[in-house]
Amino acid sequence: MRQIDSKLMRVLPPALLIALLTAIWWIVVANSDSPIFPTPGQVASGAWALAQDGTLWQHIEASLFRVEIGFGLAFLVAVPLGLWMGWVSSAFFTLNPLFQMLRPISPIAWIPVAILWFGVGDFSPIFLIFISSVFPMMVQTTMGVRTIDRRYLRAAANFGVSRWVLFRRVVIPAVLPEIIVGMRIGLGVAWLVVVAAEMIALNSGLGYLIMDSRNAGNRYDLVIASMIIIGVIGLLLDGATRLLEGLDTVKWRYVR
Amino acid sequence: MSDKQIAVDGISKGFGALSVVDQVSFDVRDGEFVAIVGPSGCGKSTLLNIIAGFERPDRGAVWIDGVKVASPSRNGIMISQHGSVFPWLTVQDNVMFGLTGTDQSERMALAHRYIEMVGLSGFEKAYPHELSGGMLKRVELARAFVVKPEILYMDEPFSALDALMSLRMQSELRRILEEERHTVLLITHDVEEAIFLADRILVLSPRPTTIQTRFQVDLPHPRKLSDPKAQSLREDILKELGL
Repeated sequence: MRQIDSKLMRVLPPALLIALLTAIWWIVVANSDSPIFPTPGQVASGAWALAQDGTLWQHIEASLFRVEIGFGLAFLVAVPLGLWMGWVSSAFFTLNPLFQMLRPISPIAWIPVAILWFGVGDFSPIFLIFISSVFPMMVQTTMGVRTIDRRYLRAAANFGVSRWVLFRRVVIPAVLPEIIVGMRIGLGVAWLVVVAAEMIALNSGLGYLIMDSRNAGNRYDLVIASMIIIGVIGLLLDGATRLLEGLDTVKWRYVR
Repeated sequence: MSDKQIAVDGISKGFGALSVVDQVSFDVRDGEFVAIVGPSGCGKSTLLNIIAGFERPDRGAVWIDGVKVASPSRNGIMISQHGSVFPWLTVQDNVMFGLTGTDQSERMALAHRYIEMVGLSGFEKAYPHELSGGMLKRVELARAFVVKPEILYMDEPFSALDALMSLRMQSELRRILEEERHTVLLITHDVEEAIFLADRILVLSPRPTTIQTRFQVDLPHPRKLSDPKAQSLREDILKELGL
């Protein structure tokens, strides 16, 4: 009984808050009779129409596809590089300044370069997602390795295990929680950037949907609907990465 | 070759201008239990880390079985205050961590035997965060004993436990040492722990640390601290420590 109560208490207040904000939005728009800004009802029916004719799913799929590829490539590059930089000091001192300089450059600044190199196909947004999510994952992994508690490394040295065993059974599992944090950050940034990247050119994706809805006759109902869908998908992506925190081998990092 | 297993020969160590260990020499016989007692911050841990091969001395050398110590070895396992049980491995995998040898079932059987010896049967599949502090210590002991090291280095092993659990672990350790012969070098600031466990007690001076006094503990096990001899020994050691 108490368990049900506590679950309810976690869902109820945020649901009420969202309902309250929606109500205020509805009342304000209805009373201001703005010709452009939609009510929640118009947003819902606009989204419903898009979902019915299938275009909404195509846009979501296009965005997710770009994130999958860009984020996947970034993961494949960031984790090995981060492990290497964390473990080998000379690699860290050589590469870190360069990456720290590249990291604060906004992905948006890369858009002209991306268009120049990759044109306006799928590769440009994929490249932008890669650029934006590779650095947080790499930094997190590097720091994870560099902050491994010395007593674990000492214990491994004490038992005289091989370098391979040390890496596989101590270093990787010790860093795994940091890698998961890096993935959460990286995926969050990737999702932010895909929408921005799709606003530039192309003819699919949720970012494109927003710009297209505005340009094609001020369909602000669809603009707002797309924004909400982007938010919900972002939440789901983060929730999916958080599931990794439940793995038995990383739980130790999250329980207190 | 004499019967001395550990020979500490005039080791000194400083950090910058700060001299921490100054000309410490002593021997430990095979199978002997030596406790090193000293005021906190006197460089006890540094001394033990040098002997175990984790740190280099500035001068002097440590010889184990006639071989100069240059790095840590599985022949001497360190057990420290905060423990180093791997939190990402189960109890069983932790105990099996140091085991080499290709026969999986043999390693499993060994691990099982030592898990049983430290009283953790039934917890093989548990993760460290599901265990209490005392149980974690048992895992660490099992992980050390299972590789059959000749020497155990213990750096205030039970001082992070509550008083009762600390006493419990002391008698457990004594019980295991009756079964498994090991040379033990224990660092502690707990005089009673030293008297309860050790064959010989070295009292260290404040920093830079030297050996101030040596006591022989000629009492049969299991010892009672209420024993008048133990009490007078305790008084003597505390006096050496300035209390």
